Amino acid sequence: MLTWLPQNVSTFGGDVDHLFHIIYYITGVWFVAAELFLFYCLVRFHKSRQAQPLYARGESSSQAAWVLVPVLVVLMLDLGIDKIGGDVWHRIKLELPPAGDQVHVTGKQFNWEFTYPGPDGKFGTADDQTIENELHVPVGTVVRFELSSKDVIHSFFVPALRLKQDAMPGRTIKGWFEATQPGTYEIACAELCGFGHYGMHGVLTVHTAADYQRWVQSTWGAAKAAAK
Amino acid sequence: MATATPSEIRVGAHHEPHLGFLRSYVFSVDHKVIAKQYLGLSLFMALLGGAAAYLIRWQLAWPETYVPGWGYVEPQQYNAIITMHGTIMIFFVAMPFVLGAFGNFLIPLMVGADDMAFPRLNMMSFWTLFVGSAVLIASFFVPAGPAAGGWTAYAPLSARPIYTGVTWGQNLWLIAVAIEFASFLMGGINFLTTALNMRVPGMTLWRLPMLVWTELIAAVLFMLSVGPLIAGAFMLLLDRIAGTSFFVPDKGGDPLLWQHLFWFFGHPEVYVVGLPGFGIMMEIIPVFSRKPLYGYKTIVWGMIAAGVLSFVVWAHHMFVSGIDPRLATPFSITTILISVPFAIIVFSLLVTLWGGKIELTSAMLFAVGGLATFIIGGVTGIFLGSAGLDVYLHGTYFVVAHFHYTLMPLAIFGGFAGLYFWFPKMFGRMMNETLGRIHFLATFICFNCVFIPLFLAGVAGNPRRIYEMSSYDFLKPAQPLHVIATIATLGLLAGQIPFIINFFMSLVRGRKAERNPWHANTLEWCTDSPPPHGNFSQPMVVYRDPYEYGNPDAPKDWMAQNEPPAAPAPLGGGQIRRTGTR
Repeated sequence: MLTWLPQNVSTFGGDVDHLFHIIYYITGVWFVAAELFLFYCLVRFHKSRQAQPLYARGESSSQAAWVLVPVLVVLMLDLGIDKIGGDVWHRIKLELPPAGDQVHVTGKQFNWEFTYPGPDGKFGTADDQTIENELHVPVGTVVRFELSSKDVIHSFFVPALRLKQDAMPGRTIKGWFEATQPGTYEIACAELCGFGHYGMHGVLTVHTAADYQRWVQSTWGAAKAAAK
Repeated sequence: MATATPSEIRVGAHHEPHLGFLRSYVFSVDHKVIAKQYLGLSLFMALLGGAAAYLIRWQLAWPETYVPGWGYVEPQQYNAIITMHGTIMIFFVAMPFVLGAFGNFLIPLMVGADDMAFPRLNMMSFWTLFVGSAVLIASFFVPAGPAAGGWTAYAPLSARPIYTGVTWGQNLWLIAVAIEFASFLMGGINFLTTALNMRVPGMTLWRLPMLVWTELIAAVLFMLSVGPLIAGAFMLLLDRIAGTSFFVPDKGGDPLLWQHLFWFFGHPEVYVVGLPGFGIMMEIIPVFSRKPLYGYKTIVWGMIAAGVLSFVVWAHHMFVSGIDPRLATPFSITTILISVPFAIIVFSLLVTLWGGKIELTSAMLFAVGGLATFIIGGVTGIFLGSAGLDVYLHGTYFVVAHFHYTLMPLAIFGGFAGLYFWFPKMFGRMMNETLGRIHFLATFICFNCVFIPLFLAGVAGNPRRIYEMSSYDFLKPAQPLHVIATIATLGLLAGQIPFIINFFMSLVRGRKAERNPWHANTLEWCTDSPPPHGNFSQPMVVYRDPYEYGNPDAPKDWMAQNEPPAAPAPLGGGQIRRTGTR
């Protein structure tokens, strides 16, 4: 099942995949055990093989233990999963590492707008540039984003980064990622946003450092880019 | 809690032979007739919901091709179809099926009452639901089409007509859903009152059949959770038609408020639909294992714990919605902890099978088949409940597969199990077992072949509610999964044909059912099949719990709840004390 996961290219994506594996194997053992038990009972205790059923009400504490002890193990495993999953959540959504690069992401029916601060590194200045559906970032750099929406709820989903965050009209939501491998990766909208929802996708291009400089120059011009 | 004394029970007071056709079969106050009306309505609505599933799956497997019997599915239409599929299946199929039909039919019979506590309110509940269904169906025919904002109707998409282009379709959707809520609110009052106040002597709470317990807990959960959403539905309606901005940020509203109201109801709602499914399994599995239900009280406490917990998990639907991320941690913990009470229920049912004398009737096959598939729904809930992993899996086909794996085993497998089991009591005739087993095999195999591939598509990152995937390169490998799921859906739909044939054929030509064809203990089996008006021809008294099967000290392998205990050798003419009438 886990071979279906797409390639991971973010720093925290490995943690997500690790968590996925842990839960998969823990629940997998219980799943297989429960199904085998069920199937065994149906075959072994079929009326053709069983004349007198076992009479057990499960009320005495020694009998209740047959249920409650496994349940106690489930509880312990739950708490373990809570701990590991909580740490992963904390790293993705609660920590905001210092920014190497910044971008504003705005959802609208049915496009993603990416606003770059330009060479001066500040938003709200004349050199800001907004490009639809194309997100360009350098590799190995923490990218901080501010996510918002112009109309309805969208969800900024980059499967290769293991990143998802709803874009909520009326709010600005901060987040971050750091891509580890150059390449192009798809961006999807993961919240139903209208009849064009299925076509609302963008492309994340992760550049090498040199490549990124070339992209900056071609976008802002050589003179301005040099100031950066 | 006071229980009625025999003299208070209006035995045989409902012969009423003078009622005309209309009062006997249409505007009847008899809980058994009303139960059948709920059953008919839910099966009819299931045809609509199933047709919607057919269109959805066809479009996903073979995008933008001609769908036989329909034509081409447009993107806007697609959104409307998925919205109606979810709405119909949850509110107008699952709820009338497991609550309306089984709750209505069985609660009075199982507690030994002659009818519901409020028979006229009961009739009104059904006809209110009927109106709600009619309003929902009417929304298909208004200009601009039916609601297309998803069954969750997230604002602001649903709050302003410009965002979807849907006008009265969404308004009627809100009205229909609000009417449905009102209907089940009235039904819930009846369930609660009947289960608590109409019990015959000896029927203590700890002797209630599990089905009654589950319907009781479901009714309480529903009544406590639905109020905020009825208010929310009217607020959303005002946003649409009066220009208010409860859920639209441009004039100070908050889209997240809708999600809180929706899921504060929406999560308990899962257990409202699910617990009665478990209740049905817990009635059937002991009967066909000839064993007592293992750990009755533990299960009841487990279900109460699940009910309480269900009120503090709703934000797990909203981990990545923009709530304060610190909130995710406590909600993630409560969500994953809910596996504890459900583990109690599942393990208890599994241990009930151990050492039994198992007979695989159609009812039993659907019960254990539902249990086997529910386990998948249960364990995959851990993946989604873990906030760190939900960042990736939220809003993908993993979620779609997960909730179909929880709701279908409980509401649909459970519902079918119940139908095969209580059909003789409802209609006085037996169903055909061969057709029943074919129906089970087709349903069980095809159901798994639909949703296992969808788990994999979800792992591949496939977002749900996508009209067609072909424009995404990373989803190309997932496309064959959708083809498998669609072919299996066709099989699943075709697999219901044996059931439909069986249902109608048995109705007319089935073997006449005796009172207690399965040798079961609960009170409904102590009266005629089908029971007369007033249900019982003599006052019922209960002496024991409902799962006394296979007791080696008993004269036979089942002991009906109303069967007086074997008299101990009388010592000097002493009176036999009737134990159990507490």
